[in-house]
Amino acid sequence: MTAKIGVVVFPGSNCEHDVVKALGLFGSARVEGELVWHGERSLAGYDAVVLPGGFAHGDYLRPGALARFSPVMEALAKFAADGGPVVGVCNGFQVLTEAGLLPGALQKNRGLRFLCTTVGVEVCTTRTVLTSESVVGAKLSLPINHFEGNFTCDPATLERLQAEDRVVLRYTANPNGSLDDIAGVCNEEGNVVGLMPHPERACDAMTASTDGMGLLESLVVAATRRAAVPV
Amino acid sequence: MKYEVLVEVRLRPGIADPQGATIERALPALGFDGVDDVSVGKAFRLSIEASDETAAQRRAVEMADRLLANPVIEDSTVTVIGVAAAAGNGAAGNAAAGNGAR
Repeated sequence: MTAKIGVVVFPGSNCEHDVVKALGLFGSARVEGELVWHGERSLAGYDAVVLPGGFAHGDYLRPGALARFSPVMEALAKFAADGGPVVGVCNGFQVLTEAGLLPGALQKNRGLRFLCTTVGVEVCTTRTVLTSESVVGAKLSLPINHFEGNFTCDPATLERLQAEDRVVLRYTANPNGSLDDIAGVCNEEGNVVGLMPHPERACDAMTASTDGMGLLESLVVAATRRAAVPV
Repeated sequence: MKYEVLVEVRLRPGIADPQGATIERALPALGFDGVDDVSVGKAFRLSIEASDETAAQRRAVEMADRLLANPVIEDSTVTVIGVAAAAGNGAAGNAAAGNGAR
């Protein structure tokens, strides 16, 4: 059974096609990526959902602040609460924190620079829908492309994230001032993941790295598992 | 009645403020010495239709909590500045402007 992954398009998203193309590399027999307009109120029929990178609603006010009120977000909250796999990449991560589906916030980078480079990250846990097929300690090379990627939260939240094994990825050399070198976090159940690096842009041999494939493989596995469960 | 309201949003204590730090470092280069505690926030000016000042204040606080500020990293303060001069309200608006009310 082919798993169906919805890729949400907000006005201002710009990585949605990259995600669909990357998912295409897994073969149409396994998975199908499909764009979902942010005005949709239902996510029925999708086995996983990706919030892609970009500048949803122009990043006005704060990145993700307005996207949080897009009609699709109510359906997304229900989908996530029901255990559906949800991954937010870059701007998608910012949207998930603003929506309260992930803790913390993404602040302006230390040094106030827009960063467009390739960074090293380490997989810190395999209990999530984005890392289940990876191994703890795996070093990945992934592109980042953001101005507001400096993860922050209060000390109690950080302690909880660490104690509950919810730091998904850490930078090996912190590029943006992120608290505890955090590049990605997950919710308690591990089915909602947000990360600043772009795995979908590290899937083709034409690019510098194909390390993103391992992460997306985990997402495809999670979506396939959900597709197999009768609704 | 329309009330003019100012909502100020700033980073909570303890949250790093790279913009404030950068400005603070730049000021001495222009000869402005002795400036500390520079912090950068946002200000929103709104005209709110409400029955009285308390109601206007309450609505603005709600807007700040739900949208204008991110409570994870930001605090907000709401100040009702006064009754908004109604645009196109003919004599009243003109008189206010003419009196140098602003």
